[in-house]
Amino acid sequence: MRIKKILLSLCVICQVSCVMAISSFAQEDKFFEIKAKKFSYTPNIITVNRGDRVKIRLISEDVTHGLFVDGYGIKTSAHPGQDGSLIFLADKTGRFSFRCSVTCGEFHPYMIGYLIVEPNSRFLAYVLFTILIALGSILFVFLKKRAAESKAQNG
Amino acid sequence: MAEDKLFGIIDPGLRFELTKFKLIRALFKSRWFPLIALIFNLFVFVIILLAGLLGGYTAGNYNFGIMIVWILWWVMLMFVLVPVFSRSWCMVCPFPLFSDWFQRGRLFSVRTGGKLNGLNLKWPKALKNMWVMNIGFLVTTFFSGFFTVKPLATFILLGFIILLAFLMGLIFEKRTFCLYVCPVSGFQGLYSQFAMSEIRRKDPAICQQHKLKTCYLGNESGYGCPWMLMPFDFKKNTYCGMCLECFKSCPYDNMGFFLRPPGVDLLLDTPREPKALDESWKAFIMLGIAMVFFTSMQGPWGVLKDMVRGATLKGWLTFISVHFIFTLLVIPAIFLIFAFLSKAISGNKEVSLKKVFVNFSYTLIPLGLGVWIAFSLGIILPNGSYILHILSDPFAWGWNLFGTANFPWTPVFTRSMGYLQGITLVIFYLFSLAYGFRIARMTYPDLQQARRGWLPILLFLTLVTVFFLWLYLG
Repeated sequence: MRIKKILLSLCVICQVSCVMAISSFAQEDKFFEIKAKKFSYTPNIITVNRGDRVKIRLISEDVTHGLFVDGYGIKTSAHPGQDGSLIFLADKTGRFSFRCSVTCGEFHPYMIGYLIVEPNSRFLAYVLFTILIALGSILFVFLKKRAAESKAQNG
Repeated sequence: MAEDKLFGIIDPGLRFELTKFKLIRALFKSRWFPLIALIFNLFVFVIILLAGLLGGYTAGNYNFGIMIVWILWWVMLMFVLVPVFSRSWCMVCPFPLFSDWFQRGRLFSVRTGGKLNGLNLKWPKALKNMWVMNIGFLVTTFFSGFFTVKPLATFILLGFIILLAFLMGLIFEKRTFCLYVCPVSGFQGLYSQFAMSEIRRKDPAICQQHKLKTCYLGNESGYGCPWMLMPFDFKKNTYCGMCLECFKSCPYDNMGFFLRPPGVDLLLDTPREPKALDESWKAFIMLGIAMVFFTSMQGPWGVLKDMVRGATLKGWLTFISVHFIFTLLVIPAIFLIFAFLSKAISGNKEVSLKKVFVNFSYTLIPLGLGVWIAFSLGIILPNGSYILHILSDPFAWGWNLFGTANFPWTPVFTRSMGYLQGITLVIFYLFSLAYGFRIARMTYPDLQQARRGWLPILLFLTLVTVFFLWLYLG
């Protein structure tokens, strides 16, 4: 019973902290200048908060590159000397890859960067779920089997 | 007993025989199958090789060979072929076709009596395990930054494997290459232990009474097991290449193809098919390679991509050194610490640390497979649409065979990719846990010891899962 109470408390704490984290973000305009060069972006990870208005300027430093944002389904492209731009509202949380959308060479399919829209509740939820499974598994092994043992002894 | 059931609902002994259906049985007994599928596959591989050698476009995403091998085949292997149909790829793999042809002197009919052509040497006993495949596959991944993106590199790799398979067929007996050398064979063997299907004999009494073991020795209807198994008595999928010769050579129709709950082979540990270090290392290697592949291919770190694709020799040498040490030594060393803790906490003094280490390493098989399926999602969903292009223009010569050559790059379900990867990891983690405690019961004779000894391994599996969740979603 004690373990069950601990588990329940853990759940409540996690949920409350998630809600607090979500509500604490102020909405802002965020501007990023992303340089694309075979086969990476600089910066390679950009982090914003949910509700932020994100503006990206894509600058190519060698050949034509693109930038497609997974989850948002928007893209732009840039040639050397001709920048691309993207403006969108970060209304979906989680980590999304942005990837080159114009074939730029052999490693093109793997030219990737990350857009992280906080709070990354998807990741946190999975981690929490995994930990709960682990705790549940321990409970199952220690309590259920014990019940089976005593049942067998009585039987 | 309910507690022996997986998740309390799935009986590990549950089997459903697919070959009880006449059509499937007739197909499995026909000499045309899997030969016809194999010949079709050979045709596809000829196009792959030609595209690699003569294809007019150097970027991999518009090359037939690269897309079919590293995107479609790899994903099919990890999604369906291995987890559902075990080593069904080996059934239709064209690599050993020419050596089989040479050894038998014929392609279709059965050669009876006398030795097969070639030297028919036996493979050294010390190497009758996965070690050569372990090292071979790991070394192959050193060149992943070339094979997976450069058509000519794919041509060289496949050409080398086909040539090696043939040469080994001249020297060694039967399918020695497939059993002990083929780099693709090892991880299929390992993960096929989790597969939802198996080929096994049906009634053991019939096999006992049948003194002439035609499934092993062969007869006029089929060859003796080319994989050198004893079909009348093997228990694990690991080394069964599903060539179906035993279906043809059994005069009593006593071989069956069964559906089964996933992972039941993980509970087997017999003197003939023991849990062993080579398979443990295979599990570690696969986990390490998944980590390296993800960070270099689906990660945002340009410096890693430059190292993997050999932008500089120094960077590439650093990559292979770190990859080698991390995969072969660091991961097993970390696991050893948890195995040591397991033994210490269990309080058992009789069970050796090696046995604890080896037994529990099998808990990484479901999780490892889940990691690879999740990784494959990140390959196929964004890049799958290129396949439509290359089907219409396989050699990048400007053809438009099916009218799809100009189909634009269209990533699909990438918004849901994180969810799919997460749920995949969690499901396979659950299987690792479900089998993990059963393996703890196999390892420690006492229930209390098994409970205590299980905890460090559960912690390890949880940490690995959380790590990959971070890698894929964090």
